[in-house]
Amino acid sequence: MLTGEPSPLLALQGVSKSFPGVRALREVAFELRAGEVHALLGENGAGKSTLIKIVSGVHRPDAGQLLIDGQPAAFASPLDAQAAGIATIYQELLLFPELSVAENIFMGHPPRARLGAIDWQKMRAGAEAILASLEIHDLDVSSLVGGLSVGQRQRVEIAKALSQNARILIMDEPTAALAEADVVRLFGIVRMLRGRGVGIVYISHRMEEVFELSDRVTVLRDGAYVGTRVTAATSRDELITMMVGRTIDQLFPKSVAKLGNPILELRELRRQPLTRGISLTLRAGEIVGLAGLVGSGRSELAQVIFGITPAESGEILIAGEAARVGSPGAAKRLGIAYVPEDRGSQGLIRPMSLCHNVSMAVLGRLRQGPFVDQGAEADLAERSIRQFNIRASSRDQVVEQLSGGNQQKIVLGKWLATAPRILIMDEPTRGIDVGAKAEIHRLMSELAAKGLAILMISSELPEIMGMSDRILVMREGRLVAEFARDAASQEAIAAAMMSDDAAAAEAGAAVPA
Amino acid sequence: MSTASLARGSSNALGAQLKRLVGGQEMILLLCILAIFLIVGSLNPRFIAERNLSSIFLGNAYVAVAAIGMSMVIISGNIDISVGSLIGVLATISGTLAVNGYPIIVAWLAPLLIGVLVTGFMGYLVAYLRMPSIVVSLGMLSILKGGLISVTSGAWISNLPAGYALAQLRPMGVPMPIWFMVGLTILAAWWMRYTAAGRSIYAVGGNAEAALLSGISPRRTVMMVFLIHGLFVGIASVLFATQLAVIQSTVPPNLELTIITASVVGGVSILGGAGTVIGSTLAAVLLAAIGSSLIFINLSPYWLRAVQGALILVTVLADLLRRRRQARRR
Repeated sequence: MLTGEPSPLLALQGVSKSFPGVRALREVAFELRAGEVHALLGENGAGKSTLIKIVSGVHRPDAGQLLIDGQPAAFASPLDAQAAGIATIYQELLLFPELSVAENIFMGHPPRARLGAIDWQKMRAGAEAILASLEIHDLDVSSLVGGLSVGQRQRVEIAKALSQNARILIMDEPTAALAEADVVRLFGIVRMLRGRGVGIVYISHRMEEVFELSDRVTVLRDGAYVGTRVTAATSRDELITMMVGRTIDQLFPKSVAKLGNPILELRELRRQPLTRGISLTLRAGEIVGLAGLVGSGRSELAQVIFGITPAESGEILIAGEAARVGSPGAAKRLGIAYVPEDRGSQGLIRPMSLCHNVSMAVLGRLRQGPFVDQGAEADLAERSIRQFNIRASSRDQVVEQLSGGNQQKIVLGKWLATAPRILIMDEPTRGIDVGAKAEIHRLMSELAAKGLAILMISSELPEIMGMSDRILVMREGRLVAEFARDAASQEAIAAAMMSDDAAAAEAGAAVPA
Repeated sequence: MSTASLARGSSNALGAQLKRLVGGQEMILLLCILAIFLIVGSLNPRFIAERNLSSIFLGNAYVAVAAIGMSMVIISGNIDISVGSLIGVLATISGTLAVNGYPIIVAWLAPLLIGVLVTGFMGYLVAYLRMPSIVVSLGMLSILKGGLISVTSGAWISNLPAGYALAQLRPMGVPMPIWFMVGLTILAAWWMRYTAAGRSIYAVGGNAEAALLSGISPRRTVMMVFLIHGLFVGIASVLFATQLAVIQSTVPPNLELTIITASVVGGVSILGGAGTVIGSTLAAVLLAAIGSSLIFINLSPYWLRAVQGALILVTVLADLLRRRRQARRR
């Protein structure tokens, strides 16, 4: 470096990373200076997690360079990254509940006495010193972590990072699970660390926090670098545009369907912790898109409607009649179908054949006495293969050998075999290739045209915008905005997702009372 | 990968049907059994003499019968390591009833009923109270084994009444244990393959959560599997109790491991969700043939355990490699 400016603590140059079927990062640049809070923004799936996993040594980049203090660095494991002074605090705190605060802080590098034994006294004193340096005085170092609040555990994680002499601290949505008072304390600690020259990568969806805390902001979109701004010189509108600025391509062949009678009505549906009084109406032939951040309660709502976690209060009306949905079996009988988010763990029986998976939900109907009607079952499988264009060597092929797109079509085939009136789809096209994605969108459109009511949860705004007749936005367990198809814009939806009611209302959202 | 083979020739259909019924693992086992008879038989013709063959099949048919129930339990994603002790207890109960003048039919049927009660209790703990089956059956193993030795002090039961020896009957010239082994295997294979209840076992073992979401109750399925398992254990116990003139209260050591080995070598996935009872029966026969052949080629029968262990490792490894290859191919 020829200039007088010191090298940044951390720099990423042209970093790319692919996973089977997905390009998670494409030539991403990022820079973190000492004594800086650098916010990282982007939608779900924009590449933030992949980026921090590369920095913390979990993944190795396919291309590009990682520089620490201007020197190229390559991490073979998270241990290498730790040794280089990088500490990561993940959303789900990685502590040992059965061990004490001091043990957790010094996990992996406890002070040693003779013969390799742990020097307990030194460990406790060290833990106390670190906590005191963070002005944390309400934590007993010998109490068990299992009994602490989330906010206290997070402070233990921060102390643990400092005990490793971390100079680079990565925090992934640190306030997502915190109470207000803990957020205030966290911000105090972050500012204190910044003052000591620690570089902090701060990931958050909450715009207010980004503006309150960060010095600079970098935005990622679809795995690519969009830009870096000095926080004081940018605006929320600019950042949201950077995050969502995508054109809706021609992948979404949504035809306008004629809407029929209400098929599903929810009235003040509640279930702790994330379904807090949901009311909505779904009509025959309608596709309603449910947008929201991860953790906003969308999947939880789907599970309440499908009876996996039955509602604690509120009403569900199916075709105008009050219904009790106490189990998935009951939901099935009422004509509700659910294509879950994770098809591997919830949608399919992986060691089973295509044929048997497709018939799984209708075995009751295919029965002749105790037997499964083999002919009818084979017909059903062959029909699904044709209707959904499933590419398999035969109906007897085991589903774990098929691609993600074909697996998703099988889950869809299984549920459509039940002849449902209501179809709930949670992230219907996540992790599948573009071709299969288009086929699934075409199918959804056809099904709606035939009168099926579809509730689609998706984290991809273009998919929400492209497929939905109506768009609902969920945040913290409540519906916070509703858009007609024509009135929706990606900016307005994104603003509603990220607790910005004012901006959303300005952009034309009807905020339900 | 080709598109769906809609136009499968009709001449091919029977073959495909057969192949679906008898998968790859079964064919390999059959070939192994034949190879052992051919090789050891040519080394020592007495190996394939009728007397030895009948001892191979008769003395081990009860293992195959117990392995049917065990296979269902393992396919459902559970395990029962108490089965050896349970067979010992049920055989002793049966013999005691017979010796004490109860009607022979009672002595034959009591083990079935008690077997179902015991496994039903375990099934309840596993299915409804969510206890891991390995822990439940470990506890049951100790209870049964300890209880049996305390009560019988290891004494043998002799002076069994005439007409009690079910396993020594030969309807139509075929020994009763063979009838049971073959008949129950076919019945169970057919039931598992073609009934909705049988299908639900594979579904629950393959992915209990997905099965639940599809409207299949994992609890009821696991409970049902344990009840059926108890029935097969009961039948196996009667075959074991009636094959000799005395009943030893000490079953062969590690009987439960032999039964589990038969299931696993027979192609039942230890992770649940896959396997057939035809495979487990063939594997039980294979294990018996190997045990007998060791004697005929002058090796210590203690090698049987080592061979069993090696077979488990080879089978599971082969299965793993096959899956990996398939996963790569897609």
